Amino acid sequence: MHHSLLLALNDVSPQNLSIFDPASPPAEAIHQLSMLVLAITGGIFLVVEGILIYSLVRFRSPHNPRNGEPPQVYGSQPIEIAWTAAPALIVFVLALVIVRTEWEVRGDPEKLQPELKESKPLRVTAIGHQWWWEYVYESFGDEKLDFLTANELHVPASNRQVPSERRPVYLTLKSADVNHSFWVPRLAGKTDLIPGRTNTMWFETSQTGIFFGQCAEYCGTQHANMLLRVSVDPPEQFEKWLDNERKNAFESDDAAIRKGKQVFLAQSCVNCHRVSGTSARGKVGPDLTHLMGRATLAGGTIDNDRKGENLRRWIEDPQTIKPGCLMPAFGLSASDLDGVVRYLSSLE
Amino acid sequence: MSVAEQPRVETPPWTATLNEWAATVDHKKIGLLYIGMSVVFLVVAGVEALLMRWQLIVPRNTFLSPQIFNQMFTMHGTTMVFFVGMPILIGIGNFAVPLQIGARDMAFPRLNALGFWVTLFGGLLVYFSFLTGGAPDFGWFAYAPLTEKTFARGPAADLWALGLIVSGIGTVTAAVNFVATILGMRAPGMSLWKIPFFSWTILWTSVQILLALPPLTAALIMVVFDRQLGAHFFDAQTGGSSYLWQHMFWFFGHPEVYILILPGFGMIAEIVPVFSRKVLFGYEFMAAATMAIVFISMGVWAHHMFCVGMNRTLDLYFAGASLLVSIPTGIKMFNWLATMYGGRIWLASPMLFACGFLSMFLIGGLTGIMLAAAPFDFQLSDSYFVVGHFHWVLIGGTLFATFAGLHYWYPKATGRMLSERIARWQFFLLFVGFIVTFGPMHIAGMLGMPRRIYTYDANRGWDIWNQLATVGGLIQAPSYLLFVYNIIASLWKGRPAGDNPWDAWTLEWATTSPPPSYNFEEIPTVHSRRPLWDLRHPDDPDWQYE
Repeated sequence: MHHSLLLALNDVSPQNLSIFDPASPPAEAIHQLSMLVLAITGGIFLVVEGILIYSLVRFRSPHNPRNGEPPQVYGSQPIEIAWTAAPALIVFVLALVIVRTEWEVRGDPEKLQPELKESKPLRVTAIGHQWWWEYVYESFGDEKLDFLTANELHVPASNRQVPSERRPVYLTLKSADVNHSFWVPRLAGKTDLIPGRTNTMWFETSQTGIFFGQCAEYCGTQHANMLLRVSVDPPEQFEKWLDNERKNAFESDDAAIRKGKQVFLAQSCVNCHRVSGTSARGKVGPDLTHLMGRATLAGGTIDNDRKGENLRRWIEDPQTIKPGCLMPAFGLSASDLDGVVRYLSSLE
Repeated sequence: MSVAEQPRVETPPWTATLNEWAATVDHKKIGLLYIGMSVVFLVVAGVEALLMRWQLIVPRNTFLSPQIFNQMFTMHGTTMVFFVGMPILIGIGNFAVPLQIGARDMAFPRLNALGFWVTLFGGLLVYFSFLTGGAPDFGWFAYAPLTEKTFARGPAADLWALGLIVSGIGTVTAAVNFVATILGMRAPGMSLWKIPFFSWTILWTSVQILLALPPLTAALIMVVFDRQLGAHFFDAQTGGSSYLWQHMFWFFGHPEVYILILPGFGMIAEIVPVFSRKVLFGYEFMAAATMAIVFISMGVWAHHMFCVGMNRTLDLYFAGASLLVSIPTGIKMFNWLATMYGGRIWLASPMLFACGFLSMFLIGGLTGIMLAAAPFDFQLSDSYFVVGHFHWVLIGGTLFATFAGLHYWYPKATGRMLSERIARWQFFLLFVGFIVTFGPMHIAGMLGMPRRIYTYDANRGWDIWNQLATVGGLIQAPSYLLFVYNIIASLWKGRPAGDNPWDAWTLEWATTSPPPSYNFEEIPTVHSRRPLWDLRHPDDPDWQYE
């Protein structure tokens, strides 16, 4: 069974996706609102459920027509007005808080917080594909960037106390095919990626580490494995990562790797995948230029173990690991498969 | 020579019985046909739900393939909304409304029969897709462009769209019929403000169907055009808009929620007074609240779309409008409680289900407030929290109310009482199973679990909540089977009901159980909302107070 196989292919350390553990301003604002809403609805719940249970206990009696009927009360206008006005007042207060939170979350942060002018923002376009994420790095501060990567979004940690050390992240969201939704609960609420539309969202966090999430709008067969992974790196580490990503793919002198590269370029891999600096220019599948810089493969479904074992299984039989995914098995010979795995494993 | 005459046995051949039901234009028989069809589809959709729950019981389970899982949630949702929820309520309305308002039948009996048969045919058309290589797999709200030829290649999407167009015709005919019947065929003396409350809600449900269903039909026809005639309404690649589909669908889809809950409100407003032995508190306010809900709920549809990136003004408008719905809904809740307060509460099975409704629908309404708070919805939308929420409304609300109504009117329809013992077991299994299934889903959603995923990783902390949900499903399942057993077995075993087993006050209880095909020998004249109360208490009749 590939049930156990998949477990073996995965890192099992616990992942936190709770909306109650926010780490970025939009998620924090929503968290505050949610606490208020939970308190109000919790209060209403206790009162109404209490009256119901009290009435049931107090007024329950077995039916006996001979006992006659209880006094008939047809209604009361003052009471009706009271219990129309009270909820209306609650709704009004709630509406005011919602307006404030909506501005905090969906307002343009650069307009609302003038001090952000001093910050160094990262701008990335995220494009949803069936069932993986394409990231086009547009700019970092005043510096234009021009590279793509896939599935793992790297962003710098921000120092939210010092304006010049703030590193907000602005995402432009697009879709290449069907609707998707970008949802990393601890960073922000979700925003959809809709074909023919351009959406935006932002987040900023001082916590380093990996933030998890996944596509939240049903997008077809492998919706469940369209996983999100945002790596928040310390600033120096992020810039190192950036420097590496901007380079063309690593060219090895190793004869076996060069032979593998020939196989890769001769096969139909290149119809879908791109490796910068080579003739592989496919746009349908994830960019592989720095594949070994990623922690996972197959859109986050399996770990990248760096020994090439999971990569080999994936190339050999993608339909077992991610049934219904758009990558077919090509039936490569054992030596060709070796070569391709060896080549891809060299793409640091 | 004389031959002893054999006594004739008056058993009609089965073909005659079949013919009688297939060709009937009697509103009571048609009502029962609707209910029977819905119960069958309920069992089918229940099996689909259990298959999904079994798949999700452990992380990375391989019980169902993703393709099958996606078909299951699409068919479960489609079936429950279009072939269980609406037809069972229309069926109960069909049975009860003409009796309640003192009419001999619906205004258009033959149209009524047509409505039932095309609804059933639409359901069969959608299910026929299983025989063509797979059911639709794009979810019940079928977001474009997943329904376009590029992404849905087989005929399943066509059958789905055609099935819903066809059954939609049935739904619209039923609504037209209800409006005509209630406006035109009330017993002498029954002014519009004296209609029994269930009939009042059916009237407004019908108005809402007439407003909401045609946009869906239009959108479905556009899907068929896209797929069959090469139109590009919803295909962004060629200049169409998938966003347009969302607006058109939810313009139907949100009012649909109220189409599914208003008749439930009506049944609760019949049952709570009868079993509390008190008149409904604040009828006029309840009636006005019903109209307010219909009116407001026509303008809240895009709260299903807070995450599509609308502008802030639209977000805030739809959040505010959605919150407004809670006011008339609250009025209803308070009036039911005020009706119970000071009464003599008789906890027979209909009231038991009604109390299940009151306690659970409240929670569904409150989680609805959370979802209406737009920024909170950015987190909750499309997560398992939403799955928990709408099941809380549709099972805790619609289904509990429907079971209350079915237990209430079963004696009238068949002349037999249902087994109270089985009904109680059914109630407790459903109540517990329901909470254990859908409660944990709220938590899983707040821990980041999106809906419609066929599998998940073990390290996300979702497994325990999914296991509980599956266990809850297994507790619920026998409850439905008990109900099916009860309604069949009681036809023979149930004790005779008599005309008015619940000491109720509306006109349907004035005729025999089951009523003759013409309903009433003489159409009664009414003076108040509770004609049978007036009859029992000539010294203190209702019309003095109305």
